[in-house]
Amino acid sequence: MAVAHGMGHSVKRKEDARFIRGKGNYIDDLKLPGMLYLDIVRSPYAHAKITAIRAEKALAIPGVLAVITGRDLDKYGLAWMPTLMSDRQMVLPIDTVLYQAQEVAAVLATQRYIAADGAAAVEVDYEPLPVVVDPKKALRPDAPVLREDREQKTNHIWHWEVGDRDATARALEQADVTVEEDLYIPRIHVASIETCGCVAQWDSVDGKLTLWMTTQAPHAIRTVVALVAGHLGLAEHKIRVVSPDIGGGFGGKVPVYPGYVVAVAASVLTGKPVKWIEDRMENIQADSFARDYHITAELGAKRDGTLTALRFKTIADHGAFDAAANPSKFPAGLFSICTGSYDFQSAFVEVDGAYTNKPPGGIAYRCSFRVTEASYAIERMADIMAHELKMDPAEFRLKNFIRPEAFPYKSPLGWTYDSGNYQGALKKAMEMIGYTALRREQAEKRTRGELMGIGISSFTEIVGAGPSHSFDILGLKMFDSAEIRVHPTGKAVARFGTKSQGQGHETTYAQVIAHELGIPEDDIAVEEGDTDTAPYGLGTYASRSTPVAAAAGAVAARKIRDKARKIAAHLLEASESDLEWERGKFFVKGSPQRAKTIQEIAFAAYTNHPQGLEAGLEAVAYYDPPNLTFPFGSYICVVDIDKGTGEVKIRRFVAVDDCGNIINPMIVEGQVHGGLTMGLAPALYEEITYDDDGNIRGGSFMDYLLPTSMETPRWETANTVTPSPHHPLGAKGVGESATVGAPAAIANAVIDAMWHLGVRHIDIPITPWKVWKVLRQNGVTE
Amino acid sequence: MIPGSFEYFSPQTLPEAVTLLQRYGEDAKVLAGGHSLIPLMKLRLAAPRYLVDLSRIDGLTYIRESEGFLRVGALTRHGDIETSDVIRSGYPLLADAARVIADPLVRNMGTVGGSLAHADPAGDWGAALLAAGAHVVATGPRGGRTIPLDEFFVGTFTTALQPDEILTEIGIPQSQKNSGGAYLKLERKVGDFAIAAVGVGLLLSSTGACEQVGIGLCNVGPTSLRAGQAEQVLRGKKPDDATIARAAETAATESDPADDLRGPADYKRDMVRVLTARALRLAVGRAKGGA
Ligand SMILES: Cc1cc2nc3c(=O)[nH]c(=O)nc-3n(C[C@H](O)[C@H](O)[C@H](O)COP(=O)(O)OP(=O)(O)OC[C@H]3O[C@@H](n4cnc5c(N)ncnc54)[C@H](O)[C@@H]3O)c2cc1C
Repeated sequence: MAVAHGMGHSVKRKEDARFIRGKGNYIDDLKLPGMLYLDIVRSPYAHAKITAIRAEKALAIPGVLAVITGRDLDKYGLAWMPTLMSDRQMVLPIDTVLYQAQEVAAVLATQRYIAADGAAAVEVDYEPLPVVVDPKKALRPDAPVLREDREQKTNHIWHWEVGDRDATARALEQADVTVEEDLYIPRIHVASIETCGCVAQWDSVDGKLTLWMTTQAPHAIRTVVALVAGHLGLAEHKIRVVSPDIGGGFGGKVPVYPGYVVAVAASVLTGKPVKWIEDRMENIQADSFARDYHITAELGAKRDGTLTALRFKTIADHGAFDAAANPSKFPAGLFSICTGSYDFQSAFVEVDGAYTNKPPGGIAYRCSFRVTEASYAIERMADIMAHELKMDPAEFRLKNFIRPEAFPYKSPLGWTYDSGNYQGALKKAMEMIGYTALRREQAEKRTRGELMGIGISSFTEIVGAGPSHSFDILGLKMFDSAEIRVHPTGKAVARFGTKSQGQGHETTYAQVIAHELGIPEDDIAVEEGDTDTAPYGLGTYASRSTPVAAAAGAVAARKIRDKARKIAAHLLEASESDLEWERGKFFVKGSPQRAKTIQEIAFAAYTNHPQGLEAGLEAVAYYDPPNLTFPFGSYICVVDIDKGTGEVKIRRFVAVDDCGNIINPMIVEGQVHGGLTMGLAPALYEEITYDDDGNIRGGSFMDYLLPTSMETPRWETANTVTPSPHHPLGAKGVGESATVGAPAAIANAVIDAMWHLGVRHIDIPITPWKVWKVLRQNGVTE
Repeated sequence: MIPGSFEYFSPQTLPEAVTLLQRYGEDAKVLAGGHSLIPLMKLRLAAPRYLVDLSRIDGLTYIRESEGFLRVGALTRHGDIETSDVIRSGYPLLADAARVIADPLVRNMGTVGGSLAHADPAGDWGAALLAAGAHVVATGPRGGRTIPLDEFFVGTFTTALQPDEILTEIGIPQSQKNSGGAYLKLERKVGDFAIAAVGVGLLLSSTGACEQVGIGLCNVGPTSLRAGQAEQVLRGKKPDDATIARAAETAATESDPADDLRGPADYKRDMVRVLTARALRLAVGRAKGGA
């Protein structure tokens, strides 16, 4: 018989039954009668004038129906589209391309292969223009202005700062010890297993657009389409956005890409369904990137090891358009979480955005809005300071952590941390890995000239955007929603404004409802992603689904429970105040045999509801979180370095996470495993670079090095539990913690192995040749 | 990532295949495992009008020892070599190399003949088989001819094969009691082409001196390279630490790497030194009966 497990159980993922049988339903599985296909012509140049686009040869290929250019779209006011950051982005260019692989024209054909032949046959003449790939050069006064369309004739996009500039400057001057380092966090790509794509279907009779697309935020997309294409007669009640199963999003499926817009336009023009699916190289080369932060970081401390001041100055490379997907008021995301787990008296951080001839971005790649950048910087700097002070990095952290009794803690950069026990997590990790013994082993190895390092990262995350007083995207407040309907037979359907891309919502949301109502998880169908049925919500990214939508689920379930109490009182002929709730039933205080189960109550809600009460048993909740949640953790990594080749071998990696109360421990473990691997990736492997002409290097899986199971060490995971005081379930998010925390642990371990040789820093990814080079410089060879 | 259109032939015999190559000349390409050619076609960097698939032709897949040679059919897959008992027991150089080519999926499709014919300096078989002292057999309209591997690689992606010739067999001197070998590859991640790789094949005399020695270098020059001067350092000498170090340094000077995403040239050159020394030590150990 089905049972209600509720929170804290490793319920098997309901969605896996279809995924592991190959029965998932992804965008490219969708085939509609008469469907047409798009392929996109892309620019070989990073910056050029388009002097001619000749379509004749393409149009001569049987099956090629149209070649769409920016001039065509311009007639409908669709050559440009707004980005989420109040910038605008070309859909298709009218006369200038700003990055290699930029969309130049689209070919519409009856078959996918014919569309590709058509794209190869379109002839484009370019006049190359000077290319700017370095954002520091882009900000110089003599740099060519890339965005001629803007009023401001500069590559500077915005300046953002927070904290007390003067007090921080004074504190740094007065510090006994200061450290400063330039940290580059390279441009990387989410590289989800499924690329982006859509099928647009315009029904010319009733004027309705159905858009199946790989989006993490279907409702927001619907509103954006209505606002952007309203002048073409698309009204919000006639737009349906459907997000089917999604093969990974990681932030890369929040933005709107030009292909989506062209597909919609092509469907409206032809009256036929149009499919656009990116290939892998288009996905890596042209879709929004992440990171690309140039940080100059400074810390000040007292001689006894007490941290006093933090100052970060950053240049954010946004490529050709600011197509980041941050909340509107946060152009640098939540980067100001960069004081991390430490109690600083003063801090100041400033970020300047710059345009370059690179693809637009940068999105929050599994990092809740620039938290990876912040966390990597503070954790690298904490290690540098500890080493500089000749203190053990663990001891140094334990000394400087915010005390457990200091929560809720107000950070000098304005956040109120909800809860934490940083000492607990680090001590647990140290115990698990055998920290003291490892330090002894390291000292012995050092005498033999062997290189072994131990790295710690004690990160603080900030997730669950967000409270309506400060969080919105294009004005839409960042609440989220749940709607639960309990059917007469006690089964339920629950719909949410979020959209799972692998996180397991069908299971965890069902557990939350089971926890609150006692309806077995198996009796609850969870649905998301169809704007015609689901309540309005802002979607899934930035680890917000548990903090916001699961909270909405709990609140809606509690509304149902309140109504159920009234019905139970009626059925049991008792007063409401005499009833007690035990998961799954109400009973009369003192006589537990006089009880009504939630299933009996549900039946009565439709067959025998009390006078004066509406029939039915359903509720909707829109949850506006009072604060963000602040998950945290401590990771410890042990590496051995091959002195001959510079290879870094991760010997052990222990991860202790605290995400408050846990809904499903197995899913949390899975999220942490995936996140750690995505943290390993930029630490040692992944990076997209450009040559001086703006040519992409690392634009396919031949050179964009996703780690495989062979590179991935055995992750040793554990948890501590410090509930969130303001979340209805005491839960926090966890989807991104590991991505945020892992890179610094690995980088710190590598530098720890070589600090005694005089090595202070190596920018990630730490490749074998970089290690070899610094070893050489310091006189070490095999 | 969608190739242009092409016509596909699947001949049943070698002469039929050669006839097709003669008929279509430069417009035709042989298709073996397809794991170099098809990616190029999908990128539209190659656009052959005719593909002549060898996979239906019997008798091109084998691994056997005869008349003093190990003979490997051109269509033998990397994976066949990896799992062959003959190779595992007698040819550690080839066994090592087979294991580090790409990943199991590619190894189940890619062929030794295709790898050599493709002549990518990053191909592992080029370096491994140069170290093993291999030759190849090319079959064309006028029958077969033997080409020493030293003369086979003409340039990057170019070989001594004529357009109407098919590579049909690879031969290497049969292993002996005191022979040993090793192939060491440094890669950015599993499945990647080498940053640098070094193959060593050697035969020790009864006194423990290097009677025969071959050293092949992968991805550190315009073609697969043979480190002839380094071999000369070793030939007739006992492979002690000093000699190995000298040979390794010599091999490094013989390499001619370029800067790229795998690292700067000076790094790769030093990796030739490190890997040559390590591979020599491993091969000597094996020749002396070690694992
Ligand atoms: C992801 C990936 C990773 C890889 N990593 C490595 C690696 O680490 N190391 C490595 O060595 N290789 C690697 N490869 C290449 C792989 O080993 C190829 O299989 C091999 O290089 C070519 O063999 P093939 O049988 O697939 O040849 P094909 O692709 O079929 O042909 C390659 C070329 O050789 C010609 N050709 C093929 N057979 C013959 C013949 N018998 N006679 C004449 N001409 C012929 C073809 O016309 C074509 O020009 C990798 C490939 C991929 C896709």
